[in-house]
Amino acid sequence: MDINAIIQSIYASSAEIILLLFACALLLAPLVSPKANSKLIAYLSILAIIVAAVANVCSSQNTLTYNEMFILDPSALFFKRLFYLTTILVILLSIDYLRQKRLWQSEYYVFLLFALCGMMLMVSGTDLLSVYVGIELVALATYILSGFLRHQTDSTEAALKYVILGALSSAILLYGISLLYGLTGTTQLQHIAMALSKTDIEDPALILAITFVFAGFGFKIAAVPFHMWQPDVYQGAPTPITAFLSVGPKIAGFAVLLRVFLYGFAEQQVLWSQLITVIAIVTMAIGSLVALVQTNIKRLLAYSSISHVGFILLGFLTSPAEGFNAILFYLFVYAFMNLGAFAVIIALYSHNSANEEIDDYTGLAHSHPWLASAMALFMFALAGIPPTAGFFAKFNIIMVLLSQQHIVLAVLAVIFSVISAYYYIRVVLLMFMKPAQQPFTPVLSAPVLIALATTATVTLGLGLFPSLLIDIIRLSSP
Amino acid sequence: MEIMNLPLLSLLIALPLVGALSLIIIPSPTATRWITLGFVTADLLLAALLLWLFDGNSHQMQFRETLVWVPALNIYYKLGVDGFSILFIFLTALVGWVCVVASWRAIQQRVRQFMASLLVMQALMLGVFCALDLFLFYIFWEAMLIPMYLIIGVWGGENRFYATLKFFLYTLAGSVFFLIGVVVLYFAGDNSFDIQKLSQQSYSLELQRWLFIAFFIGFAVKVPMFPFHTWLPDAHVEAPTAGSIILAGVLLKMGAYGFIRFSLPILPDASYFFAPMMAILSVIAIIYGGFLALAQDDLKKLVAYSSISHMGFVTLGLFMFNSQGIKGAVLQMFNHGIVTSALFLMVGFIYERTHSRSIAFYGGLMKLLPVYTTCFAIFVLASMALPGTNAFIGELFVLAGTFISMPLFGGLAVIGAALSAIYLLSMYKRIALGPVNNPKLEAISDINVREFSAIASLLVFIFWIGLHPLPFIGLIDASIEELLRQIAPVTSTSITETSLVSHSLMSYRGG
Repeated sequence: MDINAIIQSIYASSAEIILLLFACALLLAPLVSPKANSKLIAYLSILAIIVAAVANVCSSQNTLTYNEMFILDPSALFFKRLFYLTTILVILLSIDYLRQKRLWQSEYYVFLLFALCGMMLMVSGTDLLSVYVGIELVALATYILSGFLRHQTDSTEAALKYVILGALSSAILLYGISLLYGLTGTTQLQHIAMALSKTDIEDPALILAITFVFAGFGFKIAAVPFHMWQPDVYQGAPTPITAFLSVGPKIAGFAVLLRVFLYGFAEQQVLWSQLITVIAIVTMAIGSLVALVQTNIKRLLAYSSISHVGFILLGFLTSPAEGFNAILFYLFVYAFMNLGAFAVIIALYSHNSANEEIDDYTGLAHSHPWLASAMALFMFALAGIPPTAGFFAKFNIIMVLLSQQHIVLAVLAVIFSVISAYYYIRVVLLMFMKPAQQPFTPVLSAPVLIALATTATVTLGLGLFPSLLIDIIRLSSP
Repeated sequence: MEIMNLPLLSLLIALPLVGALSLIIIPSPTATRWITLGFVTADLLLAALLLWLFDGNSHQMQFRETLVWVPALNIYYKLGVDGFSILFIFLTALVGWVCVVASWRAIQQRVRQFMASLLVMQALMLGVFCALDLFLFYIFWEAMLIPMYLIIGVWGGENRFYATLKFFLYTLAGSVFFLIGVVVLYFAGDNSFDIQKLSQQSYSLELQRWLFIAFFIGFAVKVPMFPFHTWLPDAHVEAPTAGSIILAGVLLKMGAYGFIRFSLPILPDASYFFAPMMAILSVIAIIYGGFLALAQDDLKKLVAYSSISHMGFVTLGLFMFNSQGIKGAVLQMFNHGIVTSALFLMVGFIYERTHSRSIAFYGGLMKLLPVYTTCFAIFVLASMALPGTNAFIGELFVLAGTFISMPLFGGLAVIGAALSAIYLLSMYKRIALGPVNNPKLEAISDINVREFSAIASLLVFIFWIGLHPLPFIGLIDASIEELLRQIAPVTSTSITETSLVSHSLMSYRGG
């Protein structure tokens, strides 16, 4: 590796490097200056993300760097930008929540930056090992973040469960990678694809390898049957971290799946499409049916996100180009509508009442019609009712499914989305149609309002003008 | 003409939306009511202007507007009206106006949100009738669920949660199948959502049958046809008066409109194939709905079941494939919108005074409320299709069409017509005639000017169509001829002169 290649590699990964440097500096900041309180660190973290975003614009694109382990291609860039936005929103949502929880440790934001860095590495990795490093970086940071409320048993329990199951999933993933290495002699995705094109598709070792790799990623995106950790972690983790987990690492997991399966294993689609078909259907079914009986809103959103995962997985069963566009659209919209719903939950959190039961939302519309309307918008979006962006996201997936004649899958998908509509609109029913049982004291500070306004605008705006996003995605597709 | 160049249809849809937005800054309930009234009146006038400008001699889509919406998927913002839609646009605007007047005093809580919901609802309903792009149509069609869900759920009666959830889920479940049909059609029809383009192509019978079933589920829930009707009585009973009027007046028409706009012209062969099934379900709805209405004590339930029965005539007429049947069905849709809205309005007015919908609660109202009972009598007679009223014309045409194509079903439908006379007259007798038994009724007052204005606006059309239906038939004639031409391209020449018999057609088309 000559000096030119090194410079080019650093150049391509400048955003990641900037973020890491910032994160380390912010970790030390409170030691150096007592003035650096956690609020300042939060704003500095946002600054770091913005600087990284600017660095992305300047860096060279589409060249394989770091010995073919890293690439900054349009799709990676798309995901990175989405991560910047979601992380900034999560930081905005965290500021007042942490104040309410009386948590002053500024490491919280540093770990968020580390997690962001890991996600960026995941979407840029072109080698299973660099992807794995990204996954571990995200995992380690989020283990700590979900156990951040260390005086609360459910938070520690969540973190412990997450660590154990996360370690298990990493082991499974590594096993799958090692099998692939045994088959092909490489972990670089393009080389794997080339080597596999000569391998017999019926080779049991290949089937095993693909299954293990999928299982490893399945934990990250919480597809059934690898979803067990999710409801507990979602419920126990601090709410902004739940919001982060539900969008950031999950979307990064999908980005990896897209790169590995739609491009790396493209020729083996017959093989893994059966696997994904079954998993997608079961995921949608479990997600939407179990959500029906939830009483905690964070658990409800956990199961709702599981059913969304099932829906998105359906996009893998179509032609790579079309499926790619539909999945990207869905992920983008999903990030914003889900963050929006969590923003409302966080706004309603107050020190004396957590307001995390679904029944706590009863009658919200009477005292806070705008907040309730925003929540209703996100609920209708998650349910996929037009004119919200959630509808167009589902519509795109249905379109690509039907373009490949997957009529049964499309019918199943819409049936499960009708079932899941029940629990979303039940929240609306409680908010709008029943009298209030308690006085609400939502925290509507400027950062929370900015987050709410952004998510609501995107959720409604992309429903009315979906071509704005479609055009961007078309440019990002490889 | 300058006025023709304006985007009139967009204006028609935008006006209520602007009204709903403007309500955000209006604090007082009274001002809210007046401003809402202003917007719906302006919309009604605009609809009347459209009706006046509409050229009834042409079957072409008029007042067309096209804008690119989502170029990647060939989705356009495309609006236009023909003879069918112009009627329903006017009906929607009229019913919207009546709703605002009817809710003037009935809604006392959260007036602003209510009026905003009504206005949004009206905009979306108008959008459904104007849309010429299937995707746009679906957006309007589905988005209507949200305001309607709120109208029933927030301002409804005791059992509103159950009713509104049932309404929402039934309709949603129906529409998602319609959506799948729409997307399949998109791929079959050369990647287009354009309704006119889609109806010019021909599809294989196999595909048409599947699509017909998918569309049928979506539309039949909305109409509602037997056996998808069970949400309707619940929704009607729990909805506030304005909600019931919108439901009965416009929402139910959308299912039938869907059959006219999509099933018949785009899937003609499947329509022939399923016509016997449609006729059987329609007749079941007519008779079964009639018997159910006979057994009700709740006034709103009675009208709701009578709606199911009367909408049966619409679906029956549509699938007779002759000009009488379709003409009758369209007229019946319009008439049913007027008459049933009027009946719900009357029930709403009396409910505001007594807070009871039970028929047994009343008696002898004739002595206490002479004006009210007279108007009520006219509406009841119109609902049972007495000659001279509008419903008579519609049902007559439907029955004429049915006796041409499927005489047996015509005979059965007559039973339903007779039943409607029984339940409506006995209801009227128990409410208005006889002695006043209930002391609570003594103090109630007759209708005031505001209420009468709502009644009068509907009364006009009952007699106008009843006595001089030609202008209305003139509006739809050209479109019906065009529709029949689309259904049967092979025999297009003979259709315009005489009715056609479906059997002979089937043999022409080889199946």
